[in-house]
Amino acid sequence: MYVTPEGKEIFVVDGHAHFWDGSPENQKNVHGKQFIDCFYAYHTGLSPKEQLWEKSKFEKYSPNELYNDLFIDGPDDIAIFQTTSLSDFYKTGFGCIKRTSEIAKKYPNRFIVNGAFDPRDGEKALEYIHFMKETYDIKGVKMYTAEWNGASKGWRLNDPDAYKCFELCDKLGIKNIHVHKGPTIIPLNKDAFDVHDVDYAATDFQNLNWIVEHCGLPRLDDFCWIATQETNVYAGLAVALPFIHSRPRYFGEIMAELLFWLGPEKILFGSDYAIWTPKWLVEKLWAFQIPEDISAERGGVQLTDEIKEKILGLNAARLYDIDVAARKAEFAAHPMSIAAE
Amino acid sequence: MTAPISFALDDAPLEQVWARLDLVMDPELDEPVTDMGFIEAVSVIRTAPDQNTSTVHVSFRLPTYWCSPNFAFLMAEGIKRQIEVLPWVGQAVVTLQDHMAADEMNAAINAGASFGTVFAELQPDEDLAALREKFDIKAFQRRQEVVIKAMLAMGFLPAEIVKMPRALVETAAFTDPEAARQKIRYLAILDEKHLAPSPRDLAFPTYQGARIDDYAQYMDLLRSVRINMEFSGSLCRGLKRSRYQEADLSGDVPILVDFTAPNLTHACR
Repeated sequence: MYVTPEGKEIFVVDGHAHFWDGSPENQKNVHGKQFIDCFYAYHTGLSPKEQLWEKSKFEKYSPNELYNDLFIDGPDDIAIFQTTSLSDFYKTGFGCIKRTSEIAKKYPNRFIVNGAFDPRDGEKALEYIHFMKETYDIKGVKMYTAEWNGASKGWRLNDPDAYKCFELCDKLGIKNIHVHKGPTIIPLNKDAFDVHDVDYAATDFQNLNWIVEHCGLPRLDDFCWIATQETNVYAGLAVALPFIHSRPRYFGEIMAELLFWLGPEKILFGSDYAIWTPKWLVEKLWAFQIPEDISAERGGVQLTDEIKEKILGLNAARLYDIDVAARKAEFAAHPMSIAAE
Repeated sequence: MTAPISFALDDAPLEQVWARLDLVMDPELDEPVTDMGFIEAVSVIRTAPDQNTSTVHVSFRLPTYWCSPNFAFLMAEGIKRQIEVLPWVGQAVVTLQDHMAADEMNAAINAGASFGTVFAELQPDEDLAALREKFDIKAFQRRQEVVIKAMLAMGFLPAEIVKMPRALVETAAFTDPEAARQKIRYLAILDEKHLAPSPRDLAFPTYQGARIDDYAQYMDLLRSVRINMEFSGSLCRGLKRSRYQEADLSGDVPILVDFTAPNLTHACR
């Protein structure tokens, strides 16, 4: 719960969080080291100075630290965890569904743990989707189209193998497909982060919600065009949001584009924890206004309190069937405590 | 049989090299690789005592281990080409460091191989010429937007902008340093692309050389180009700073990396 300076209570769903182990002990090779180093550079490059972590905590943080950063010190009511296997780089996976689900069990209704799969695994991918549904009852998945797999350096959402997987997701009610379309992380195939495949997949799978993480940046115009045509395409703000600190005017431009093209119902807050922590992001977002001249160029769009409330939680709650009133009452009756461990 | 011999330099050759490096752009950002801090070290080695030619070694590095090899290749190629323009340079040896594809890249660049032959397996449909053209268009549009906005700030109206002659922009004095910098670069790319060769030609044609038809729509396009490029630009700057320990974690002065390479005359800035 975020309490505004005016005393209003805002329900916060953090649409993008991780519980990872990037420690040297878990690294399989130099790629594993370079991957967490790259994340750490995002952290140090875009965080306010007083929010910087030591490298060792960043590589591997405890469940208690996570719990505190998100729910006690942080304003999250519910956090959606994305699984990022990267099994070529890490011995037991980077962000592993098993590990995250174990801590999720301790804190009922606070965690939503999403799965991940790789359509290039063919039949095995389909089996794994069944397994994740039966074992963890997943409601969503995270897709990395630029992930390596053997000789392949990337795939597209509209590949035939991917369509088989999405058909199964649709059938099993795994309806939220988060897609990493953002700055390059494993970029050998530069087109792997191209956003146009979202257009095909979203048209062909109308029952599924397509949440484009990092709103396609640096291909914001392509993304906005697609998200305007497709009613089931959403923008995840992870990575875009920290610019609110280092480049607030620039952040205003991104928000003006998103509000102008997509409208306020299709934008989702995400901290990308532990790259950034939600507390400062939410505080700054609540205090933020799009500069007048930028807003004027985009039909006068503005981040009103009502719109911020949607972005911070209500939009994600709709996608994940979260009963906000019920959860609010439940969390108020059982305040979180760090002693839960 | 002559071994390369290092020799102490006056500043002139190095300054010439740096001046050439200033002309190499990060294609994605349209900013000089020097300003981005990508150049790690430059050294000059006379090829033989009795000859007047030298070999220039340039090492560079990028914000992440994962930066796109095609972009890196364009930069490496640009560095080599720009330095080999200098008459006293026999050869430029370019080394990309700390990159996932560094070995393949360095071998290819210094052997004069094309990107396609080296990375065919990884990026089979890569057309580097098309990519270069795409970035040229973006660079043109980004520089143009800055100059148009600077003209608007001087009081010109959109209707005047679309038919304004080049001469008017050439004589305009911008007080904003970024506008002044981009004006020079904008005029340079107009020349390079043979757009507006005469002072009476349109100052602000489209990249295809046509007059801007729908001004508002055209400015929307330029804005979206800038938003995308700025995202990459500020991200790259932040990542570069962090990767090489220039981030200030302690509250003390930022730590600069020690660039010293043994047995070579070198310089960095």
